[in-house]
Amino acid sequence: MLATEELRATRQRPPVVNDLTFMAATINGSGSQSSNLVITRALFMMGIPVAPKNVFPSNIEGLPTWYYIRVSPQAYQARTDDVHVLVGLNPTTWQRDVQAVNPGGAIIHEATYPVVGNTKRDDCVYYPVPFHKMGRDNIENADLRKYLTNMIYVGAVAWLLDIPMEVIEESLAHQFRRKPKAVPLNMKSIQMGYDYCVANHTKQDPFKVARMQGKIEGKMLIEGNQAVALGALMGGCTVAAWYPITPSSSVCENLEAYANRFRKDPETGQRNIAIIQAEDELAAVGMVIGAGWAGARAMTSTSGPGISLMGEFTGLGYFAEIPAVIVDIQRMGPSTGLPTRTNQGDISFVHGLSHGDTRHPMLLPGTVEEAYEFTQTAFDLAERLQTPIFVMSDLDLGMNLWMADPFQYPERPFDRGKVLTAEELERLNGDWGRYRDADGDGIPWRTTPGTEHPAAAYFTRGSGHDDNARYSELPEVWAHMMDRLKKKYLSAKSFVPKPIVESAGSRIGILAYGTTHHAVVEAREQMNARGLKTDYMRIRATPFTDDVVDFITSHDRVYVIEQNRDGQMYDLLRLEMEAHQDKLKSVRHYDGTPIPAAVVVGAVLVAEGKGSKSEFERPTGAAHALAVEGSNS
Amino acid sequence: MSTPSQPRPSDVPRVDSAQIGPDEVPPAEGQKRAISHASANSTSGVDQPTNGNGGSVATASRATVSGANRIGLLRDFYKGSPTTLCAGCGHNAITNHIVKAFYEYGVNPYYLAKMSGIGCSSKAPDYFVSRSHGFNSVHGRMPSVATGAKLANRKLVLVGISGDGDTASIGLGQYCHMIRRNLDMVYICEDNGVYGLTKGQFSATADLGSIQKGGKPNEYETIDICGLAIELGASFVARSFSGDGKQVVPLIQAALAHRGAAVLDIISPCVTFNDHEGSTKSYAYVKEHDIEIQDLDFIPYYENIQADYAEGETADVKLHDGSHVRLRKLAREEHDATSRISAMRVIHEARQKGELLTGLLYVNPKMKDLCELENLPEKPLKDFTEAELRPSRHEFDALMAEFAN
Repeated sequence: MLATEELRATRQRPPVVNDLTFMAATINGSGSQSSNLVITRALFMMGIPVAPKNVFPSNIEGLPTWYYIRVSPQAYQARTDDVHVLVGLNPTTWQRDVQAVNPGGAIIHEATYPVVGNTKRDDCVYYPVPFHKMGRDNIENADLRKYLTNMIYVGAVAWLLDIPMEVIEESLAHQFRRKPKAVPLNMKSIQMGYDYCVANHTKQDPFKVARMQGKIEGKMLIEGNQAVALGALMGGCTVAAWYPITPSSSVCENLEAYANRFRKDPETGQRNIAIIQAEDELAAVGMVIGAGWAGARAMTSTSGPGISLMGEFTGLGYFAEIPAVIVDIQRMGPSTGLPTRTNQGDISFVHGLSHGDTRHPMLLPGTVEEAYEFTQTAFDLAERLQTPIFVMSDLDLGMNLWMADPFQYPERPFDRGKVLTAEELERLNGDWGRYRDADGDGIPWRTTPGTEHPAAAYFTRGSGHDDNARYSELPEVWAHMMDRLKKKYLSAKSFVPKPIVESAGSRIGILAYGTTHHAVVEAREQMNARGLKTDYMRIRATPFTDDVVDFITSHDRVYVIEQNRDGQMYDLLRLEMEAHQDKLKSVRHYDGTPIPAAVVVGAVLVAEGKGSKSEFERPTGAAHALAVEGSNS
Repeated sequence: MSTPSQPRPSDVPRVDSAQIGPDEVPPAEGQKRAISHASANSTSGVDQPTNGNGGSVATASRATVSGANRIGLLRDFYKGSPTTLCAGCGHNAITNHIVKAFYEYGVNPYYLAKMSGIGCSSKAPDYFVSRSHGFNSVHGRMPSVATGAKLANRKLVLVGISGDGDTASIGLGQYCHMIRRNLDMVYICEDNGVYGLTKGQFSATADLGSIQKGGKPNEYETIDICGLAIELGASFVARSFSGDGKQVVPLIQAALAHRGAAVLDIISPCVTFNDHEGSTKSYAYVKEHDIEIQDLDFIPYYENIQADYAEGETADVKLHDGSHVRLRKLAREEHDATSRISAMRVIHEARQKGELLTGLLYVNPKMKDLCELENLPEKPLKDFTEAELRPSRHEFDALMAEFAN
């Protein structure tokens, strides 16, 4: 039998060290997240680069959830379709989970699950463990049994992958650093799983981990939403208003925690930040607009449905020229969509959010470092440009742990923009106009209420107004205002983060933004190995700087890789680069999972005539990923 | 006198007449022309090229300037652009009451923020105190904008002008939550029961059975924004009539002296779309059915006036800034304005009888406002600097270390 021969071959393969993807298939709300985090951090503590991805349901308890930990010596951060080690602890997804395992993979599973028919893979190694029975027989505390039973698999995985138990214990202590009493109890369960495997199983698969050096020293593990909250803390946010929504809630929740720690006067208990849980996103962004108008650094964080609700206020902020920071942790839309799945689907919507002619600068962080940096930048830009600034993160970046160097302490002072004080108004003899283009950059001067000068006040309105903020319906006044606003938007080019270019001297360009970056990094190496060198531009903001035009014009073809169905950034680029739009090709991934390198490699190699479609079919049958759209293709 | 933890509306730095400039210095009697000129031509307050060099102007002692209020400003200073509302609109009368109330109270224009949403009423902030910042925001969402402004700078004195559509329909949610947060703001609903700018559709405060101009009766139950406010735990709720300056002015002043959300539902007839027979918000109907529940006196904290005080007939409520509001019973009904239950009772009884009960319905001067609930410092949040807002390098590095192993 061929399959058995394959299996035998697997058993004889040399060990695969620190290069595998682990997947735990569990039930949401059963405490498996703690188990997964203990494994993740244990690997990290061993010096092994990790890329954890939590694929969780929109549910409190009961629906299936998957947790992937990819480890690779190269420290790749992208998701892959590979599963080398499965922990199967969800009977409802058992069949599907088994099918997801790569040939030669290892399957730890609840012993009572059937291994017959399509759950019986001849090309995989099975390690049944009676998790439930062990939990029932050995865990006395009925309240904690569910959670402690899930800890058993940590021991089984430690055995399988050869993670030293002392590292597991250290990681466990980190996980429960605020509940140290829980450590021994959990460790007992872990030990139980480990001991069971030692007594009952012989390792037959090649996958293991080993301590390594040189890749992650000095690095930390942090979620993008924590990074945004830190950016808000260090960026001088003093008013935050938000409405709970997955996947952005943890931004303001983390900010709340940092505020209690760093913004509170220990004597008076007063905090120099107001964090308001609003009644809805309309009110949240309204508070931000009000606070920005009155001179505070204000932000809100939300996701797609909240962005939809914020459209009207965003238009007011644009037209009345009020600083605001809006963080969008993008999730899969339209509508309620997939609240717990990732996407870059808000790009074209946010770009012109609101009725009428509007344009909003967007910052596009691709890493947790940038989530931290750009959130600070957003406060500077909002006040410099007097307009809403969007930070376009996504669920993948926001809610997963990422490796990063410790963030830099900010060296720059805040840029508070063009604000006239009473003294300056006095010097100007009160001669100023709220919406006058005094400096030729389209950016006017403003005052805030509470400025003690008779010329300070002006009337803010979303209706037609002239340079002096007076109501006007005159056609020439309106057109003049719209032209200046456009000029101001273009002025933003000189303030926003520039793209990052990596050149390999190729005529073929790859263009991406946000978390798609991580798939591109890996894909470029793979394509290079197949003889296709590519140059790479990662866009980090809109409006597009001149570098973007230069990159596109200097390449024969530029593949725009993104995580949405319609090629939203591709569309924006085509509109802006009308003369060069034939050069632009669009590669899209939109099934809710973070884009894997395989999608990029497959699409580009096929389009470049260096591979066939059948070669790159993905296991989940996501054929769309291989389609390249664009003129002449 | 109480020692408020946040400034009174007038307690901010006094307006220095030296800053006001030649045209704005309170002139001697008979010389009001200059100020009228400044106000009449200014819609935004920014287009006056002659504001500077105030220091060279003689600054007469304010106390000696006839007609100047206690911070040295004449009544005209509290005026705004000419109204663009219909002649006879109740809103214009309310604007005049606001001007009078603010002038008498001595509201500091530099710290006044005039907030509104969208609608006829929401245009009104342009028609008073041109030297103050104003914000005509989006329909029904003024409370959130005001909330943000107050959080950014708690020294601001907020007055919000809304209407019945802006408050009771599109803005009902924000109205409720403003009350729930007890945002320190004078919230005036200029209530005429119809949408004026869109030509006469009923609003949600139209009374059941009231007849639209075209003859159609309102079939839906009214939303009583005063009853709702009390139900939501409001700290200051009053109802009045635009034609009753004697009542509106002290109510506005009491609202200024109150700390927290002060709701004033002022019935303000729409002469164009809702002043006909069959309307329950017409001038004629309101005059006929207006029952004043009390005679109101506002005694500001800075005046030490001993008034006659008939035990049992008069109730005295000390407001947050030390001012008093004295309530002398007028109506048949017994009403204790410090009792929520009494307030709900008189509101329901009046509705049952088809009466328009006006006066101070409820006041609780002891409730914490949003800034206190949020435990904000005295200093406006907008004024904090990098050094104050960023943790130290040492603290930051320690935090970073927690994310590492």
